[in-house]
Amino acid sequence: MTDTTATPRRLPNRLDSPFKATVLSWESLLVLVAIAIFILNSLASPYFLNEWSLSDMTFNFTEKALIALAMALLIISGEIDLSVAAIIALASTLMGWALQFGADTPALVAIGIGTGILCGAFNGFLVTGLKLPSIVVTIGTMSLFRGISFIILGDQSFKGYPASFSWFGQGYVYWVISFELVLFLVCAAVYFVLLQRTNFGRRVYAIGNNDVAAEFSGVRVARTKFILFCLTGLMSGMAAVLLTARLGSTRPSIAEGWELEAITMVVLGGVSILGGAGSIVGVVLAALIMGLVTFGLGLLNVPGIVMSIFIGALLIMVIALPILFRMWRQRSSVRSA
Amino acid sequence: MTEPILTLSGISKSFPGVRALNDVSLELYPGEVTALIGENGAGKSTLVKTMTGIYQPDAGEIRVAGKIVTLPTAHSASAVGITAIHQETVLFDEMTVAENIYLGHAPRNRFGMIDWRKMRAEARATLDAMAAGIDPDIKLRELGIAKKHLVAVARALSIDAAVVIMDEPTAALSQKEIEELYVLIELLKQDGKAILFISHKFDEIYRIADRFIVFRDGEQVGKGMIKNTTQSQIVQMMVGRAVDHIFPERTATIGETVLEANGLSHPTEFEDISFAVSKGEILGFYGLVGAGRSEVMQAVFGMTQPSSGSLVLNGQIISPKSAADAVEAGIVYVPEERGKQGVITGEPIFKNVSLPSLRKTSKSGFLRMAEEYALARTYTERLDLRASSLSQDVSTLSGGNQQKVVIAKWLATLPKVIILDEPTKGIDIGSKAAVHQFMSELVAEGLSVIMVSSELPEVLGMSDRIVVMREGRIVDTLENNGLQPETLVRLAAGIAEEQAA
Amino acid sequence: MKALTKHREIWLGLAILLLLVIVTARFPRFAQPQNLLTIFNDTSILMMLALGQMVVILTRSIDLSMAANLALTGMIVAMTNAAFPGAPIPLLMAMCVVIGAGLGAFNGVLVWKLSIPPIVVTLGTLTIYRGLVFVISNGAWVNAAQMSPDFINLQRMVFLGLPLLSWFAIVVALLFWLMMTRTPLGRSFYAIGVNPTASVYTGIDVGRTKFMAFTIAGAMAGLCGYLWVSRYVIASTEVASGYELTIIAACVIGGVSIAGGIGTVTGVLLGALFLGVINNALPVINISPFWQMAISGSAILLAVVLNARGEQRKGRIILKKAEAV
Repeated sequence: MTDTTATPRRLPNRLDSPFKATVLSWESLLVLVAIAIFILNSLASPYFLNEWSLSDMTFNFTEKALIALAMALLIISGEIDLSVAAIIALASTLMGWALQFGADTPALVAIGIGTGILCGAFNGFLVTGLKLPSIVVTIGTMSLFRGISFIILGDQSFKGYPASFSWFGQGYVYWVISFELVLFLVCAAVYFVLLQRTNFGRRVYAIGNNDVAAEFSGVRVARTKFILFCLTGLMSGMAAVLLTARLGSTRPSIAEGWELEAITMVVLGGVSILGGAGSIVGVVLAALIMGLVTFGLGLLNVPGIVMSIFIGALLIMVIALPILFRMWRQRSSVRSA
Repeated sequence: MTEPILTLSGISKSFPGVRALNDVSLELYPGEVTALIGENGAGKSTLVKTMTGIYQPDAGEIRVAGKIVTLPTAHSASAVGITAIHQETVLFDEMTVAENIYLGHAPRNRFGMIDWRKMRAEARATLDAMAAGIDPDIKLRELGIAKKHLVAVARALSIDAAVVIMDEPTAALSQKEIEELYVLIELLKQDGKAILFISHKFDEIYRIADRFIVFRDGEQVGKGMIKNTTQSQIVQMMVGRAVDHIFPERTATIGETVLEANGLSHPTEFEDISFAVSKGEILGFYGLVGAGRSEVMQAVFGMTQPSSGSLVLNGQIISPKSAADAVEAGIVYVPEERGKQGVITGEPIFKNVSLPSLRKTSKSGFLRMAEEYALARTYTERLDLRASSLSQDVSTLSGGNQQKVVIAKWLATLPKVIILDEPTKGIDIGSKAAVHQFMSELVAEGLSVIMVSSELPEVLGMSDRIVVMREGRIVDTLENNGLQPETLVRLAAGIAEEQAA
Repeated sequence: MKALTKHREIWLGLAILLLLVIVTARFPRFAQPQNLLTIFNDTSILMMLALGQMVVILTRSIDLSMAANLALTGMIVAMTNAAFPGAPIPLLMAMCVVIGAGLGAFNGVLVWKLSIPPIVVTLGTLTIYRGLVFVISNGAWVNAAQMSPDFINLQRMVFLGLPLLSWFAIVVALLFWLMMTRTPLGRSFYAIGVNPTASVYTGIDVGRTKFMAFTIAGAMAGLCGYLWVSRYVIASTEVASGYELTIIAACVIGGVSIAGGIGTVTGVLLGALFLGVINNALPVINISPFWQMAISGSAILLAVVLNARGEQRKGRIILKKAEAV
């Protein structure tokens, strides 16, 4: 097909320059969008360009973005987890429940994160062990996990978390830099390395591109996917700790709808919903953009539900526009030919 | 002489980077069988897709009964009376046989609703007329591959088409079923239908075809009446030169047994499979398509678990539970379905090659790209891979070069046994020779090679010993010493010696 | 195989009966015909929605926006009724079906013409449609006082001992059954789910068929938009929030394969009834309604495990003894 005729020759590593690829990437577009929204925000509201405003803004996305990091890997591998918000609810409920028995801060954190990992492992077992489709499995566990929270809590709520616990969601490490933000940046760095610089990450991409061929190439597909579900559970557990600490209370309806926002971040970040492509840098930028949009609209007193229209439209548009552009270019090239 | 019912003239079709059809013409006459002959990749399937509305030609015109038609959809093709029976039976496993025959043109009652009773009755009548012995009410998935094929034929009959395209219809059929198919084709001919018959088998072309047309590299290189043409003339047109493919000369130095299978069985796929392959040996597996050879190999490779039997590798019993286990043990598998199971399309060449060897190229789990490039370069250059760079997406490579990537991937793991499943299917003659040359180098270096192939010359030209399979069982294991091709065909098709004599 | 598919529905029917028997054993009033009819009536809306969803899932797609579609159409019809109390109800219902179908068709166009994965499309339209409810209503509710008596009472009118709502469900179910078994469109939903490639060769336009599926699901969501707001006599932004998952649950429990191509009208009706019986039984046996969510979650998981066991590929059939004749 594109074979050239030159016989025994040295194959170059690559032809295109990495620089050019970076400039033309989805991530660079996201950077431009982020800058534009940042400028719009600062023009729209005089309160925006203030270190405390900006710090508050980060609380809008850090918890969801933590989940989005792991979700990105899961979606790249060709699976999905719709139960993440329900895991938060269950983890938060069990933390509140343990609090009634006098659990201290380290125990609370351990319970929150432990619950997350167990829930993720349960999803992972159903998907990889029993070979069930992840969409239905996690729709089921989504009802199951949140349902357990409802059974435990009903219309009640848990309150009275200790101050040392609240620090995770309300504390600042230095100046206006919150613990949540620092934790998110550290996790983003870890996930970046994991996905882009390790054997594990390379196998995740291979599985997402073609899991049958990956299996035939000796990749342990089921094991890898199981680990990814556990990681998603772990991140949901961490988000549960942060969110519970920030709100200072637990209701079974906590974090409702977050699964959709986390997935939107992932897709907006350039991860293919069909698997096999995407980057952590994109997801981080998408999280930032969504934080900026929500915060900016909030400054303009736009109600949250209206913001969701923007998010929904954004999700469809970022996927539709490149497709439309490609169709338009094909049509015009046919016409000129 | 009658007028052709279907005329194609000046048809061209290109895909990015490749010209699949170049100024091709074709006429099909009512009541006649025209054989379409050509190597894999000569453009036969592209032509079929153009005639059935799946592809749109870039240039040229199609006439049905003298009138120019366009075929923008598959539906429009069947509306003008063109129907195809495809190579891979593309039917619906979860639906009943009757519905598979009538989907898209089911009989309706006066309310415009599908008339199931009539549909079942007509399906039964059609199947009975073919003496197929198939119950129209069972789901298609319950049938074996040969019977599925008969359902596809029944579907073509039910459409009442003027033109019937048969794309290698006999590939998976037993001799008895093939004879039955010939009877059906005679019926179709008497009915005045024009038949385009695509086949690799000269005996059947000479048996049933009236005309032939030969393709090579997307161009039409010859046509005529079968009865005025000799077999060698057609072969010459196909390959463009009067040479038999020359297989590499080698003297086998066969060592001790490396891999031994004892009585492997599976509930639906194969039964009591025993064979052994030694160091430096090429063991051929011959049989008709669907005889269960690939299934046996995938069990050896750990993709499926046999229900009984054992595998012994270098004197140790192994039971690989996954491909990863098999690779670790030193058994690798080059699958027949290259696009689905071989290469990871969407990823570059070097990532495909390094995937099973990441543990070697990385350092404590972290990637080292330089090592990966080096590894990929070593093995792809040894196979003479043609590509622009190691970062080229494998999906943009030709079939032959994709195959080289898959083989390079496995050689990099330094295996003991390499299983090649139809290693030269659908690749060009140049790559074919390279793969054969390479196989003989591998055994010379002391590897054991198992080669599954349906191509007689390849099996006879490359193997030291040949295992013949039929319907999930081993029929015989033969030393490749002056073996006659007819012997293999008879064994594979299940024709008794005395009956043929 | 046919027997097994049939079995799945029989088993589900038996499970529902068993549920009824257990509850009735302790509370004899539960199995009284009147109560059973109430359960059927309570489940009618879910049945219609699940039938719409089934068509979409059969084509290897999913529609997460059905509940949001329902809320939006419901709000539009409630506001129309409040503004023009004299408008005839059948006209309003027709309007609902058209609006719902239009919203569904929007999903369908994105899936068909731009080949965007259905889950992404409907995730996006889910938030858009739900947000639009707020925008058009300005966050306000439409309550009983603003609705005309006809608007509220139509579905409660009794015909041959059954409320009209139940009759709607029965008629819709019959129409779906006819469509799925007797029309080329219905069969092509199955065909593209079983084997999209082969469908193309059979002359089926896969994209257009998916578009039809989304439009039909949207029409159902639209019809149920009216039925929902008139039944609960309230239209608000929160109407049927999260209900999209209950709809999918009814399908999965009813034996619809999320991988497409497998599912029947009877199965889906039974799946919806199963959830309906549980919802009605919980308060009777004094279990807090807060258990409902966990129970339906478990039911989904159980159903999907059982479905998968029935569908498990046996591999190719090569050995003659393994072949059915």
